[in-house]
Amino acid sequence: MDNIFVICEIEDGKVADVSLELLTKGRSLANQLNCKLEALALGHKLKGIEDQIYPYGADVVHVGDDKRLEPYTTLPFTSIIVELFKKEKPQIALLGATTMGRDLGPRVSSALQSGLTADCTSLEIGDHEDKKAKKTYKNLLYQIRPAFGGNIVATIINPDCRPQMATVREGVMKKEIFSKTQKGALKTIDVGAILKPEDTVVKVIERHIEKNRVNIKNSSIIISGGYGMASKENFSVLYELAEVLGGEVGASRAAVDAGFADHDRQVGQTGVTVRPKLYIACGISGQIQHTAGMEESSMVIAINNDPGAPINKIADYVITGDVMDIIPKLIKSYKKNSK
Amino acid sequence: MGLKIIVLAKQVPDTRNVGKDAMKADGTVNRAALPAIFNPEDLNALEQALRLKDKYPGTTVTLLTMGPGRAADVIREGLFRGADDGILLTDRAFAGSDTLATSYAISCAIRKIAKYDLIIAGRQAIDGDTAQVGPQVAEKLGIPQVTYGEEIFSVEKGKVSMKRRLERGVETVECPVPAVVTINSSASSCRPRNARLVQKYKHAQTITERQNQAEDYIDLTNDRPYLNIPEWSVNDIESDLQMLGLSGSPTKVKQIENVVFQAKESRKIQANDQEIEDLVKELIANHTIG
Ligand SMILES: Cc1cc2nc3c(=O)[nH]c(=O)nc-3n(C[C@H](O)[C@H](O)[C@H](O)COP(=O)(O)OP(=O)(O)OC[C@H]3O[C@@H](n4cnc5c(N)ncnc54)[C@H](O)[C@@H]3O)c2cc1C
Ligand SMILES: Nc1ncnc2c1ncn2[C@@H]1O[C@H](COP(=O)(O)O)[C@@H](O)[C@H]1O
Repeated sequence: MDNIFVICEIEDGKVADVSLELLTKGRSLANQLNCKLEALALGHKLKGIEDQIYPYGADVVHVGDDKRLEPYTTLPFTSIIVELFKKEKPQIALLGATTMGRDLGPRVSSALQSGLTADCTSLEIGDHEDKKAKKTYKNLLYQIRPAFGGNIVATIINPDCRPQMATVREGVMKKEIFSKTQKGALKTIDVGAILKPEDTVVKVIERHIEKNRVNIKNSSIIISGGYGMASKENFSVLYELAEVLGGEVGASRAAVDAGFADHDRQVGQTGVTVRPKLYIACGISGQIQHTAGMEESSMVIAINNDPGAPINKIADYVITGDVMDIIPKLIKSYKKNSK
Repeated sequence: MGLKIIVLAKQVPDTRNVGKDAMKADGTVNRAALPAIFNPEDLNALEQALRLKDKYPGTTVTLLTMGPGRAADVIREGLFRGADDGILLTDRAFAGSDTLATSYAISCAIRKIAKYDLIIAGRQAIDGDTAQVGPQVAEKLGIPQVTYGEEIFSVEKGKVSMKRRLERGVETVECPVPAVVTINSSASSCRPRNARLVQKYKHAQTITERQNQAEDYIDLTNDRPYLNIPEWSVNDIESDLQMLGLSGSPTKVKQIENVVFQAKESRKIQANDQEIEDLVKELIANHTIG
């Protein structure tokens, strides 16, 4: 009763980063609320999966292992989670804002008639006073997210319904080992007793998942290009700079939409959140949806031909001028000075 | 034998083009400055429906939208592009609905429509980016769902076969109908308005719209019933009032903050060789690079 649940996502026997990030967050919320952190792992051939989860602070790991749970489809996962939640009555349930979490979360929330907030960027605990009903709620989950295209930040609460559900994108929360020696309790879910034939009517006929996508999240130097780069060809100077500095290339949504770069590289509210040591924004205006994904960078250099570009306000160094003129200069002087 | 398809479409403020004038001096959103548009991914959804209509003669495409009176624009836009008809679900009782209360109201309206093979929605609406209404409607109707759709291949032998575009790959799935499917922006864009249909439907209006113009609508719609856009209120659907609007919404907005930039102390570097070289040296010296 009243614990925090993290629904883990598993691909090829590995717990996804976003789930580990949520476990880390869940652990700190559980400490604050003085409750337990429980994890749920559903899939097939999951033997030993709990050992990947315990170090992130889970007190209990529920495992449901069945070949009907791999690959993921909506209905069997929903049935198991709804059944488990009716029994365990968690106060909070967290999922990754992945294609799986955003498919599953709303289905579960609808079945339990509980509120769900998508794509939270921050989760906190706080109280709420309902002045009309003259009622005070203690220790609610504040689900904080950008809304209205990122122009406002809203704090959403679910005063009366449980669990309070939220999804969070990969890379938004930090992942941290809680204790290498942490051991919890393993609970096995009797999948066979829950699933009915109508749960498995959707069939996955074919599936291609790319393994080696670019992962700019773990790079300590990111050179990002925006619409101001003007073309896909011009992006090559960014790859060159990234190569010499040992970094990765990121992009704004406008650049991705224009086909200058792949979606994997998009930084921002609907892309990845990054916190590199150095972020160089090239031809990026710095709209809030973009800066939401990079403002925690330790150092920001903005290169823009508009001295009034909003990105300049959050930059440590501002270079005003043409990207295609300045980036080759940076490459040249780095090559000259780095030895 | 044709299919009966319902497309869920929402009218949204165009948050993609939030310019400087869309924020008021006090930092709040100036909704009036944002044009109301057909939610972009709902257009992708409509196109998938229209393709099925092209493929399977006798198929009908019905738009369903819940919103204020002016959301009738969405239905007209859909008619111009090839939908057969549309229903506007509108009532004060729906005000303040979160996604759960919205999907409840929509599912009650769909129950009233009763006969359908496929419900096609957009993946998400750009005003909230939540992507919840599709799956929640499916659950409320007790039918399966397929989200993140990119292309519907066929609806045959009681099954929809379609491609999904996931964050890291693609999937082909088969799902029995009736079902709810949601469509991504990576799907084909919607066909443009058709001049003949614009001519045919430009006077399509709801009763409220005609009343507001003090128009003699009775004669007109007797003559050409397709010009009447049906308006359904709470009284037209079977629903539990407690599940609608604010009372049916478990999520509440506690607080809204406007986003303000925290201006940093920034240093200006001139775009000449000397200053750029000094910057690079400094970054190497403090181990930011190198
Ligand atoms: C719901 C929602 C989610 C979004 N999510 C994201 C997201 O995740 N990530 C994201 O990035 N955006 C996102 N956006 C879009 C965001 O609002 C902006 O539209 C986008 O970030 C703008 O990209 P940009 O800065 O590259 O393009 P622009 O705003 O067009 O800016 C181009 C900049 O380049 C400069 N420039 C032009 N030519 C040159 C030159 N030769 N040399 C130097 N500078 C030059 C210009 O002065 C300008 O500042 C989202 C929007 C919405 C509504
Ligand atoms: N008020 C509404 N009327 C009709 N369809 C809606 C409405 N709200 C959401 N939808 C549908 O549900 C999808 C997802 O919306 P959302 O959950 O708000 O992101 C949209 O793309 C629409 O197809």
